[in-house]
Amino acid sequence: MEENMKDIILEYVIEEYCDEEDDDVTYDTPLISGGLVDSFSMVSLKRFLENKYKISIPDADASPEAFDTVNSIEELVKKFL
Amino acid sequence: MAYSDKVKELYQSQLKSIQDAGLFKQERFIHSSQAADIEVEFPVGSSLNKVINVCANNYLGLSSHPEVLKAAHEGLDSRGYGMSSVRFICGTQDIHRELEKKVSEFLGTEDTILFPSCMDANAGVFEAILTSEDVMISDRLVHASIIDGMRLCPAQHDTFKHSNMEHLEKKLQLHANKRLKIVINDGVYSMDGDTAKLDEIAALCEKYDALLFVDESHSSGFIGKTGRGTHEKCGVMGKIDVITTTFGKALGGASGGCVSGRKEIVEMCRQKARPYLFSNTIAPVVVSGVLRVLDILSQSTERRDKLEENTKFWRKGLTEAGFILKDGDTPIVPVMLFNAKLSQDFSRDLFDLGVYAIGFFFPVVPQGAARIRTQISAGHEMHHLEKALDAFIQVGKKYEILGKTKQEIIDRYGC
Repeated sequence: MEENMKDIILEYVIEEYCDEEDDDVTYDTPLISGGLVDSFSMVSLKRFLENKYKISIPDADASPEAFDTVNSIEELVKKFL
Repeated sequence: MAYSDKVKELYQSQLKSIQDAGLFKQERFIHSSQAADIEVEFPVGSSLNKVINVCANNYLGLSSHPEVLKAAHEGLDSRGYGMSSVRFICGTQDIHRELEKKVSEFLGTEDTILFPSCMDANAGVFEAILTSEDVMISDRLVHASIIDGMRLCPAQHDTFKHSNMEHLEKKLQLHANKRLKIVINDGVYSMDGDTAKLDEIAALCEKYDALLFVDESHSSGFIGKTGRGTHEKCGVMGKIDVITTTFGKALGGASGGCVSGRKEIVEMCRQKARPYLFSNTIAPVVVSGVLRVLDILSQSTERRDKLEENTKFWRKGLTEAGFILKDGDTPIVPVMLFNAKLSQDFSRDLFDLGVYAIGFFFPVVPQGAARIRTQISAGHEMHHLEKALDAFIQVGKKYEILGKTKQEIIDRYGC
């Protein structure tokens, strides 16, 4: 289940944010602090997670830190399942 | 006193963090008019350096043009210095409306409303025309002022990969059920110098019934055969619903901006846009200068033609010397160095050789994409460009990057 969620998130991140020339993204790749995802574009990721897992993530919890890696995103989602 | 030691230390600590991160911005004092040749005091307190400016937005070289100065003087004499009022109380002169009409003619739009800056135009337009039932779909590289404007608007927002039409189409399909959809782009992207694919974007907007917004700040006056902008270049004049642009770059370089486009959208801004309602508009002296700029540009394409030739020379010279440039044909020419420190060292060495160009690095540009952004002007003569090119080649040789691939530069300097 855990691996599955990470893979789903990773697949979305690659599809939504990466271009062909981007390096491989892993569970630990810093997405926001590494400049791959800007904080403004993060909104579509939040919306994807909320729709996919039928949860509501309060804005206060949707910080750039919480969204910085696939690992941290999974932790965040699990808080609200 | 509320400004306690605790508060003071808080700010000092934050400022130190900015300095420690190498992100502390320092101004360089220019002691001359804006032009190809400028006199710069840098570092502060040093004697003046005469340098060639290749980092101004003075694309058409009109910032200090004698006819523009004369018109500004006449405007000052005939209409005074300030308005001391917002537009809808007693802050509108005949020349403000005249400029709005002239801008509409120049851009090929139905109507125009002036704003104190394009930053203000972008800050005010979305909130004025959209509600929470709508969606804004923006290119990921749009200017910061657009992002600020979208943040102030209750409409939902989403983004698409830079200039990626497949991704944009997916987003238009995703948001098909929204009351209004608006696709938001820059005409020319300020950091990369590439041009929006406005013909393809306009076709998608038509297909999916979406409004089309373009910020033409780095295009108005010189992109397209007669300098009308990206919409002229892409053959979609009349198909853009909202254009924002600035008078602070090619169009005289002083200040001010506008929203131009569909009549009803402009009128909505006049009724609801907060930077228009709660701030003085452009000062009469500037309005008079911009009116003259538009006259000059409507009479002849000489300046934008010269800019095009200068840009070709500059891009060709740098490419043949072995530099890596971002693709494009606009006067924004980024010289890619990839490493942040290298971009700063390169800029400093150029300055020592009499060329003023700034290095940009993360977070202004993506990680590992540090660069010197050069901007060419119709105010540059061939001797300026030849000297600047020679300086770039000297510094490029010093760091042994000429003819090297991106990977070779990153292997040597990191990214």
